Formats: sequence, structure tokens, C-alpha cells
Amino acid sequence: MSKGFPETRTDAAMSELVPEPRPKPAVPMKPVSINSNLLGYIGIDTIIEQMRKKTMKTGFDFNIMVVGQSGLGKSTLVNTLFKSQVSRKAASWNREEKIPKTVEIKAIGHVIEEGGVKMKLTVIDTPGFGDQINNENCWEPIEKYINEQYEKFLKEEVNIARKKRIPDTRVHCCLYFISPTGHSLRPLDLEFMKHLSKVVNIIPVIAKADTMTLEEKTEFKQRVRKELEVNGIEFYPQKEFDEDLEDKTENDKIRQESMPFAVVGSDKEYQVNGKRLLGRKTPWGIIEVENLNHCEFALLRDFVIRTHLQDLKEVTHNIHYETYRAKRLNDNGGLPPGEGLLGTVLPPVPASPCPTAE
Amino acid sequence: MATTDIARQVGEDCRTLPLAGHVGFDSLPDQLVNKSVNQGFCFNILCVGETGLGKSTLMDTLFNTKFEVEPTTHTQPGVHLQSNTYDLQESNVGLKLTIVSTVGFGDQINKEDSYKPIVEFIDAQFEAYLQEELKIRRVLHTYHDTRIHVCLYFIAPTGHSLKSLDLVTMKKLDSKVNIIPIIAKSDAISKSELTKFKIKITSELVSNGVQIYQFPTDDESVAEINGTMNAHLPFAVVGSTEELKIGNKMMKARQYPWGTVQVENEAHCDFVKLREMLIRVNMEDLREQTHTRHYELYRRCKLEEMGFKDTDPDSKPFSLQETYEAKRNEFLGELQKKEEEMRQMFVQRVKEKEAELKEAEKELHEKFDRLKKLHQEEKKKLEDKKKTLDDEINAFKQKKAAAELLQSQGSQAGGSQTLKRDKEKKKQEALF
Repeated sequence: MSKGFPETRTDAAMSELVPEPRPKPAVPMKPVSINSNLLGYIGIDTIIEQMRKKTMKTGFDFNIMVVGQSGLGKSTLVNTLFKSQVSRKAASWNREEKIPKTVEIKAIGHVIEEGGVKMKLTVIDTPGFGDQINNENCWEPIEKYINEQYEKFLKEEVNIARKKRIPDTRVHCCLYFISPTGHSLRPLDLEFMKHLSKVVNIIPVIAKADTMTLEEKTEFKQRVRKELEVNGIEFYPQKEFDEDLEDKTENDKIRQESMPFAVVGSDKEYQVNGKRLLGRKTPWGIIEVENLNHCEFALLRDFVIRTHLQDLKEVTHNIHYETYRAKRLNDNGGLPPGEGLLGTVLPPVPASPCPTAE
Repeated sequence: MATTDIARQVGEDCRTLPLAGHVGFDSLPDQLVNKSVNQGFCFNILCVGETGLGKSTLMDTLFNTKFEVEPTTHTQPGVHLQSNTYDLQESNVGLKLTIVSTVGFGDQINKEDSYKPIVEFIDAQFEAYLQEELKIRRVLHTYHDTRIHVCLYFIAPTGHSLKSLDLVTMKKLDSKVNIIPIIAKSDAISKSELTKFKIKITSELVSNGVQIYQFPTDDESVAEINGTMNAHLPFAVVGSTEELKIGNKMMKARQYPWGTVQVENEAHCDFVKLREMLIRVNMEDLREQTHTRHYELYRRCKLEEMGFKDTDPDSKPFSLQETYEAKRNEFLGELQKKEEEMRQMFVQRVKEKEAELKEAEKELHEKFDRLKKLHQEEKKKLEDKKKTLDDEINAFKQKKAAAELLQSQGSQAGGSQTLKRDKEKKKQEALF
């Protein structure tokens, strides 16, 4: 009988196709906790100081967007928040300029400095929102703008030679102005917040709160909170992103009692009890902006700037941006995004807002 | 329906606005720091040096604890790395410290490949981070960063110059990690020899183009101290965890018959300088350099290796997507080709086997024919023989009949003699 066909040839062919398994990177062992009775001072806690110095040198970016119908006092509030003329008020518009026919997005950047800390503040205004007769889908340009900023950041991140510090134009916080009707939220408000609460941090704010008495205010707030809950709208601080018990209790208090903040804005100063205070002068008295008995502006300011500024940025970066990125990469089949000759074949950046996961 | 009309007016010439009062965002660094403290910090040190140079002791001395790593022998067959992670806590700061040590470095007879496991380890950490960064669903902010932030290179206190193993290893590592060279067990060298030794080492490093880590001098608060420290490199250190009573205080020291070497005495050794630079002043900068310089370099090289470019030769921005697609098609094409090849080989094998079987069949047929033929011949022969036998029997029978006839005619005349003869004949016949 003739010799059988040698088996070795197919084996060799097979091993060419199966790639060599990549060596797994060495994973450090489970950490051993050393008792904190160190025999002396090492100096690890100086890292806090080092980090602080580093961040002060590099400076910060903060982008805040204000959305609401015209005349609700958006620009005034932003100016009051940052104690400077960051926004041009609508009242100073030439009366010849009519209300824009479409929703426009205007982003204006300023650099402000305080206590050695430099911040590049960008205020994004949305004139024309909710002002037309037919306001269908007027949140689309806003959603598109927000997604464009995410897209810009993603493109930079995906580059081979990356910049040392990628410029951050993503919207960190969106103040939504609710009209102080005293009844309930309008359908436009609900629609907008439903769509956008999934892509950006929304902080609802009741504007021109000096038109309501204290009881009306509390009732209105309760009703608004209830409606938001019923509609499944998660405003900032979102329940699901509370990191530990401390955060949870703190944020619960804010969510269930203070929000939405009923604010009054003003950039004029008046003399009250010998002090110059920001306020609004009316025939029946002066409404002090920073007086907690009069309005909740101080709460809003402390919340946004003094305690949760960094958290707003982090939630935007770690959660909203990551969601966007994951969705983009999944849509592209695991490929990073880009336009090119193949842009027409593969899904381009969606012109209409990405369908958010319901 | 509101159409999309986006008019952007970002002030490129961002004006600096004056503030009319206290806003409060100067607490921003504090907010940031608080968040980081909650998350904890990571710091990874790599100690490279020959066995017995006091690496573990120095780590114990630096961090004021006993890390309890067993001392290794000199009989290691190759270089490998041992990594241990510890959770340290000081006031409200938690540090996840990882100490990686080389085991068996410099012990082999042939040290050509000694640097390779070290380089591979560092690359593996970068790779793990890169993989995490490229994932679709990633959790970078809770990722335990294992990239090496600083490499302490232990130089043996010969007093002459650097060994060639040292130069080769440092050259391989300088583009991947921040290197701080230190002279180990420096209580073996006298002061004057030490100065000469340091100068020699620095000049050798410079002439061989080895980039060691320079403490940053751009921030005014630390520029001065960093500048002076830069001049003291490489640090001559002594490590000890034993405490001895000197004067009226307990201090870390090493006792010799001729005196005591105090670890924290700046006149005796540079340990305090090392601790100052490594932990108290530049820890954050080391981490930053690792991330922005070394890691980015690794990432760039890796992605370029995989074939991605930012701009093509005509300097039009290349889309990552295009390259990806091209690579994917290429890969699919290769897969198809390999599939085809395998199929061809399979078909070939089948054909050959078939041919073999046909051959065997043919042979069997032939054999069958041959046997049949033989059988026929045999049969014929037998038949012939049978025929001749039959003829003989017939002839005999005829003769017998004739004989009997004759006998019957003769017996009537012959009598008993013929009977006897008949009996004899019959006997003869029976014998046949």
C-alpha cells in the first residue's frame, strides 16, 4: 500500500492562521492595606498642594447654556451670577432687530479671574427659543449644537498626535428658565427637558420669581417637581450619579426641597440699610437679590459655582460625553468617526438628533 | 418648523472681564482637589538595580514602613519583575502605591537581554491603558492606573564609572519612563570620591545621550529648589530601617565600628533630598509627565504602527475611518485568500486519495483475474487426467471381459488348474 498523506502539513497551515495569543499585561496583586500607624511623616498629603498648584496654572473652562423664552431674564441672571457683563441684554437690542425667526445659538467667551484662579467662561445663549408661533422641534438646534461639541472633542481625542490640553467646548450646564405662571409646566418645557436631560445637565430655574408670593412659590415648586418626576425627567443632580451616601443625602435635600430654584436677577445696586446691595426697586419695596428670604438666587449661585462646579464638569465628561462616544462608535461599527470618501457609505454624524435611549 | 440656523460668535479675542464682586469660583481648585481625594491617588515606582543594592530597604525607608519582601538570591536564571501594591493613608489622603522591583538583574553571565523584560513590562502597562482608552464602553475615571511614573535606577557604588549594563539599560528606558539615577549604598564611598563619581556619571550620561528626568523649573515657587536639586543628581542614598538612639532622639541610622551613618542627615547622604523631590515636591509632575509625554509617545507609535495617520502625503487630513476601512478590507481579503488556499489543499488531498484508491482497486482486479486463470488451468489439467484414467479403466474392463469369456470357454476343458489360476488372477485383480 502507498504511504499515508503526512499529517504535518495541515497542522502547520492551521497554526499560521491562529495568531499567537498576546501576552497579558502584568496585573498588580491585590493591594495589601498597610496600617496607618506610619513611623513618621512621609509627605504624601503634599500631593494635594501640588495638584492645586498645577490646576491653578492651567486654568479652567466652563460653558453654561441658558435656554428660555425671551423676556424671562436670562442674560440678567447670568450677569448677576458672574458679577460682570457677560451677556448682552436683549433690551439693548436695536428695536429694528426683530425676534429671530429661528433658534439661534450664540456663544460668547470671556476670561475672568478671581483669587489667582483663571476661568474661561463661555455663555451660550439661545435667542428665538419658544418664541415662534409653531415651536415644534425647536430644541433640535440646541441638541445639535451640544452633540457637535461632543463630536469636536471626540475628534480631538481620537487624533494620533493629540494636543496637550484638548479645548473643552462641551456644554457643562444648561439653565432652563421656567415661566412663573404659578400653574404648571408648559408642554414645550416638558418636551425640551425630556429630550435634553439625557445629553446635558439641566438645572431648571423659575424665572422672575418676584411675581409670586411665598405660598404660591412653594406650591408651584412642588407641582413642578411632581410633574418632572411623573414625566421621568432627571435634572441635575441626577439620582443615579450620586457617588456615596454623603453625596446622596446632600443632593437629596437639594432635589427635594430647593430645586427648582426660584430666582430674581438684577445688576443694579440700591442702598438698603446703609449697604449697597443688588436688587430690584419697586413701589412696594426693594427686592434684594442675595437675601435668602426674598429669593433663592444665593442658593443657585452657591450650588452652581461654589460647590458643584467641578461636579458639573465631571458628570459631563464622565457620563454624558462617554454615552455619546459609545453611541458614535457603536453606530460606526466600532470605528472612530470621520468624514471621508466613505462618509457617504457609512453613517455620517446624524443631522437630526441621535435617537436617545428611551 | 424651526430650521437649524446656527450663528456662532465665539469671541476669539476673549476679553478679560473685571468682576464687580466676589463670585466664588476661586473654590474651584478645592472642589477639584476634594474630588481627587475621594477617588484616591495612584503612584507606581519601578526600582531597577542589581541584586543586593538595597532596593527594598530604600523603599522601606522612604515610606516608613516594612513592605516585607523577601530578599532574593543571586541564582535567578533570568530577569523578571515583581510587583506589589499597597494602600497607604496619611491624614485624609489615600495613596495606592505600587512598587515594582527587578529580580535577578545583573546576575546572569550573559546580560544582553537583561533590559528586555523591563521594557516589556513598561510597554504592557501603557498597552493596558491604551486598550482601556480605545474601548467603546470605558470607565477611565475609575481605572486603576498601572503605568510606571518613575524609575529609580540603582547604580553600584564602585566609585569609578557606570557599568555598560547600566548605560545600555538606561538608554533603552529613557524614552519610556522618567529615570532618576541614584547611587546605592553610598556609605561605601568617601566624600571626595563621591563628588568625582557624580561628575563622572553625569558626563557619561550626557555623552551617551541618556535623558534623565529633570525637575521642573517653570513654576516660581519650586523653580529654585528644583534647580539646585538638579545639580545634585544622581542622589547618593543610604537606606536603613533600624532606629538607633543618637543624642536623645531615635533616628534611622547604620552603625559601624567607626561611627554611625544617619540616614536623614543631609551631610551624610542625599536621602532627604530624594524624599523631598520624589514625594513632597514633584509627585504630581512625575505623573503628569508620564501621561502627557511618555504615554502619548507610546500611543502615537503604536497607532502609527497599526497604520493610522493623521495626514496623508498631500497633507490633507486623513480620516481614521478611511484607514480603518482600508485595513479591514485588507484583513478580510487576506482571510478570504487563506480560506481559498485551505480549500484548494483539501481538494488536492481528496484527489490524491481517490487516485490511490483507484490504483488499489485495479491491482485487486488484476489479481482476481490471475487467480481465475490459474484456477481454470488447474481444472483443465484435472479433467484431462480424469479422462485418461477413465480411458484406462474402460480399456481394462474390456480386457477383463474378454479374458473372462476366454476363461469360461477354457474352464470347461481345463478343470481345477484353471480354477487355481483364476483364483490367482482374481487375487491379482483385487490387488489392482
